[in-house]
Amino acid sequence: MDFNDTKEEADFREEVKLWLKENASKGEKVGGRYDAIDVQEDALSRARDWQAKKAEAGYAAITWPKEFGGLGGTAIQSVIYSQEEAKYNVPTGFFEIGLGMCIPTMMAWATKEQNERFVKPALYGEEVWCQLFSEPSAGSDVAGVRTKAEKDGDDWIINGQKVWTSGAHFSDFGIIVVRTDPNVAKHKGLSFFFLDMKSEGIEVKPIRQLSGGANFNEVFFTDVRVPDTQRLGDVGQGWKVALTTLMNERLAIGVPKSADYSSLTRAAKEVDLNDQPAIKNDLVRSKIADWYIQAEGLKYTKMRTLTALSKGETPGPESSIGKIVSAPKMQDLASFAMDLQGAAGIINDSEIALLHSIFQSQWLSAAGYRIAGGTDEILRNIVAERVLGLPQDVRVDKSVPFNELPSGR
Amino acid sequence: MNFDFSEDQKMLKEQVSKFLSDNCSLDVARDILESDKTYSEEVWRGLVDLGLTGTAIPEEYGGLGLGALELCVVAEELGRAAAPVPFSSSVYLGTEAIVKYGTDSQKEKWLPKLAVGELISTFALPETNSEPTEKNIKTTFSNGKINGRKIPVADGSYADIAIVVVKNKDDGHIALAIADLTSKNVKRNQISTLDPSRDHADVIFENSDAELMDTGDEGWGAIENILNYAAVLMAFEQIGGAEASLNMAKEYALDRYAFGRQIGSYQAIKHKLADMYVKIELARSNSYYGAMMLNDGGADLKIAAAASRVAATDAYNFAAQESIQTHGGIGFTWEADTQFFYRRSQVLGLALGSSITWKNKLVNQLEEKNIS
Repeated sequence: MDFNDTKEEADFREEVKLWLKENASKGEKVGGRYDAIDVQEDALSRARDWQAKKAEAGYAAITWPKEFGGLGGTAIQSVIYSQEEAKYNVPTGFFEIGLGMCIPTMMAWATKEQNERFVKPALYGEEVWCQLFSEPSAGSDVAGVRTKAEKDGDDWIINGQKVWTSGAHFSDFGIIVVRTDPNVAKHKGLSFFFLDMKSEGIEVKPIRQLSGGANFNEVFFTDVRVPDTQRLGDVGQGWKVALTTLMNERLAIGVPKSADYSSLTRAAKEVDLNDQPAIKNDLVRSKIADWYIQAEGLKYTKMRTLTALSKGETPGPESSIGKIVSAPKMQDLASFAMDLQGAAGIINDSEIALLHSIFQSQWLSAAGYRIAGGTDEILRNIVAERVLGLPQDVRVDKSVPFNELPSGR
Repeated sequence: MNFDFSEDQKMLKEQVSKFLSDNCSLDVARDILESDKTYSEEVWRGLVDLGLTGTAIPEEYGGLGLGALELCVVAEELGRAAAPVPFSSSVYLGTEAIVKYGTDSQKEKWLPKLAVGELISTFALPETNSEPTEKNIKTTFSNGKINGRKIPVADGSYADIAIVVVKNKDDGHIALAIADLTSKNVKRNQISTLDPSRDHADVIFENSDAELMDTGDEGWGAIENILNYAAVLMAFEQIGGAEASLNMAKEYALDRYAFGRQIGSYQAIKHKLADMYVKIELARSNSYYGAMMLNDGGADLKIAAAASRVAATDAYNFAAQESIQTHGGIGFTWEADTQFFYRRSQVLGLALGSSITWKNKLVNQLEEKNIS
């Protein structure tokens, strides 16, 4: 057992290191450590420059085939690149959804000509993509979308609303799942399109989050015209296409690096409990140990996944536990750290609060991470059904026409 | 990146798994639970015949000369079968203590016999209702004799020898001594425990013959070393048991219908089973690192052993208790097999010291490494 590279991996790592040394900047990272990345034209333009450089060298999409501008490399090479890139302060946060979810869907379903037109500009950071799936009444139950598309000659007319759309405010194109037939059962009446986000009738409104940031948007569609040639898959086959995207979602959505057991240990050394450092208290120690085994357990689970990739095998299902563990840990650990501070735990002023209020900011944003990219509950369903083989819940909407389903507000 | 067991180790795992599924169904544990027998001699003999008792004993002493990683895969399968055998006492603890701290003549005397299963050993540490510490050990060694009481001693009713944690009267330091448990100056009585499928005894030494081992100036550190080593192996045994509990719960959730459908289709059950799975995977990943540190004599062994232990205890306790909950009333009956894992989870979870103790050790290491 070891964490060492194979000869081929070590060679690749050297090559990457050399290239990064020559090309990547160690300069200031865009956005603060615990801030969400705000959309600034400046940040986006720096990100575009970096993306173009990477793409030119073949590192922007290591596992993609060469015909799409990738390197035709392996998953482990992609991981090695990311590990090395993480040592530099390169701008990130703009292209992950496009390259991780949208373009792979295009590559699977669009025509050769369309891919020739769209893949390269996305890879080079010239065009940004977003994913338009969730709606006010279709969250975990994403197949319940109500935004409708109606055929009009060679076009479709889209009306409705999407929500939680990350990056819609700086995106050039989007992929969208819409209802084209409300008279058939839920999954059967969907179709899938890609569209120009600058189309007439699209209005993007940022959503201010509980934590104060605004990473998501509401996107309103009023008589938006999309040519039928931009349909991916057959009419009524939209759910099947959407699954291609969702399969890739787990690769694109994660939880950011956050205050963990080490920050909690530091906090527990700095604050007193019963007139001695809190770290001396067995309850505090017990909690630190609990989060240590979670954090280290995830770290070594990742090593197991990488081992499978390194051997050219498909990783086991253990890789599915990540967000189930890390998102609640973010919240619980922050909450406990605030509890250690007594009444001062409520102070969210980074000048005054312990460790520059990292726990307070983390606690606020953690509530969102337990929901984004699959709620704690949905992720448990996925483990139970796909890993353990338990049956699906009874679906009362399975054989009922969509427009006869009861709906709430 | 090679954070996995080797093909040979996986083959060994398969081999042990096959032997146990052919020879050690839960009926074997039930037989021990319901009879006066202390352990399954047939299963033990089979493990000995496979050479497993000598796995990590050097070849010069009649063992296979393999490492800790091989023992990890064996441990997992023993846990899965809830095997009623003294493997943890004799192999992870007794044998390993002699490998680490025996004098040359002690190794020559005992290891070949332990390798071929001619003798069974155990490790005698706790004495009172409090967790053992460097300060509260009262059993003494002086002039080749030990005096004191050890309780509970796993497999103590029938083990041939014990590695006894003593206070050496000559220098006041903690030390290890090998005692012959069959001697007439040793009084031992089987005690009632939560898991009668694993024997435990109350052992009283009255001027019993014993031989000091060579712990140099390690003192209590030697005890910690032995416990750290066993903690990783025990963690694999716990993971095996936890997975068996999860599988039983899963099978039942698929077979059992309530309100017109499989209970496994209800989210209350699904989420419970998903939580078991998550805890088991966290324990497995921590324990892989523990195994890696065992094998390399790695600098991180102390914290890795504590993390393996804490995670595995949490996973097994949770899986065993929630497996009964998933079964409903039938899971609480004497007739059901869920009880073996429920009982065993506590026995393994407390055998080397409680979670509270190991969590403290873990944080001691964090403080020592000044991790923040």
